[in-house]
Amino acid sequence: MEWFAYPENTKPLGLLIFFITFCLIVFWVYGSRKRGKKLEEYKNIPFLDDDDEVKKDKSNG
Amino acid sequence: MEATYNYKVVRQFAIMTVVWGIVGMLVGVIIASQLIWPTLTESLGPLAPYLSYGRLRPLHTNAVIFAFGGCGLFATSLYIVQRTCQTRLLSDGLASFVFWGWQLIILLAAISLPMGYTTGKEYAELEWPIDLLITVVWVAYAVLFLGTIVIRKTKHIYVSNWFFGAYILAIALLHLVNSAELPWALGGGSWLKSYSAYAGVQDAMVQWWYGHNAVGFFLTVAFLGMMYYFIPKQAGRPIYSYRLSIVHFWTLNFIYMWAGPHHLLYTALPDWAQSLGMVFSLMLLAPSWGGMMNGIMTLSGAWHKLRTDPILKFLITAMSFYGMSTFEGPMMSVKTVNALSHYTEWTVGHVHSGALGWVAMVTIGSLYHLIPRLFGREEMHSVKLINVHFWWSTIGVVLYIAALWIAGVAQGLMWRATNTDGTLTYSFAQSVAAMYPFYTIRLIGGTMFFAGMLLMAYNVWKTVAAGKAVNDARIPEAVAA
Repeated sequence: MEWFAYPENTKPLGLLIFFITFCLIVFWVYGSRKRGKKLEEYKNIPFLDDDDEVKKDKSNG
Repeated sequence: MEATYNYKVVRQFAIMTVVWGIVGMLVGVIIASQLIWPTLTESLGPLAPYLSYGRLRPLHTNAVIFAFGGCGLFATSLYIVQRTCQTRLLSDGLASFVFWGWQLIILLAAISLPMGYTTGKEYAELEWPIDLLITVVWVAYAVLFLGTIVIRKTKHIYVSNWFFGAYILAIALLHLVNSAELPWALGGGSWLKSYSAYAGVQDAMVQWWYGHNAVGFFLTVAFLGMMYYFIPKQAGRPIYSYRLSIVHFWTLNFIYMWAGPHHLLYTALPDWAQSLGMVFSLMLLAPSWGGMMNGIMTLSGAWHKLRTDPILKFLITAMSFYGMSTFEGPMMSVKTVNALSHYTEWTVGHVHSGALGWVAMVTIGSLYHLIPRLFGREEMHSVKLINVHFWWSTIGVVLYIAALWIAGVAQGLMWRATNTDGTLTYSFAQSVAAMYPFYTIRLIGGTMFFAGMLLMAYNVWKTVAAGKAVNDARIPEAVAA
């Protein structure tokens, strides 16, 4: 446990954890075509409850 | 009984956004005038001390950031979270408490700052009793917003809400840490004075960790939440890439927290911390421009809409200013550039390119979209006036920032100019005198932007007068998302 008491140990460890987490997020977002398609569907949420507003222009999705 | 949205609190905050925008920008115009005519308010007798530059300047920054910007964020976040979660706010009582609590904080700031009560920490000047009140209201806001997400009817949490959620949590953290202070009453002194819990360079580092992240999370992340909803809505098209918005969100969150030290280049802060701030600031360029592209490309294939829709003009121009100021910021954090720009008017120009061009314009555009819907109107009273407002604002910002760019570079060059014998070429007073023409152009630009707000107030007034408060906006049956 004493190893964690030294900033020279925990700083690079923190960097590694954050960097790997970020890479995993990017991989999660772009790594699968099927998931990508599903994610892109969520862009329509602001239009789901439109019944009184301009009809949606679907050119982006 | 049919479920409805809570539009009351959204309406209250939306109207107060316009009111505080006018107040905050008026104070800005006054202090810009004082830089040209330093004795402007001296003839006001007993009022003069309360209207001096030193007291009005923090009033201006607090009013435009936390009163104008804050009310705009409360209005839009509480509207967006309901519409995208297809549920009413968690509690009407809590919503009312957040509104009145925030107005009380603004009122206390408007009284205490001109009276000279200040912690001396930029953007965190309010004294400890008000800090405590901010904490209570902010926690209520967090419970209200996050609680509404918890009771949502939709499966997925739309990206705007992620941005607002991050802003709420980050501001809570920043406020608690940076406002740690000891009331001087504990030492037998005033109940209205406190001293920071930190000392020396640590205090400076904590302050600018706060200051930069106030810019990052209050003035950037939160307004991006606004952008990710209102640009698609106004354009009638979904955001260009939802996946890019997710990466935009996480990248900003990972990077912003580390950029604060760039405010302390060439100070007593350890050199490694200064370099860290510079490197992270440079890295910020990638997500910022990714987000800007995402917003602007939403109009891809439908650029013609920009010709006829002044609200879209506001929103897309705001994105352009966002891109411009997020290029300029990283550039100014480079040590060699900062050696010239720091402490000069260039910094003030950069701040206003973000504050007026990005924050104010995206807020104004969003409000023009929102207000008719809150008052049962199809559109604002006068679309033509929105167009006039847009051009006044745009020309005003450009005049403002261009003047201060030139002023700042000139100032930096004059300060560093030396003669062959090593003495300074210019005295400080000479560099001040050289600023006058630019201060005048800045005042003209700022006044134009302020006049635009008056136009907006008139347009809002007429829209509200002709409309009727909507209290029965139906929540549709939940749609799977």
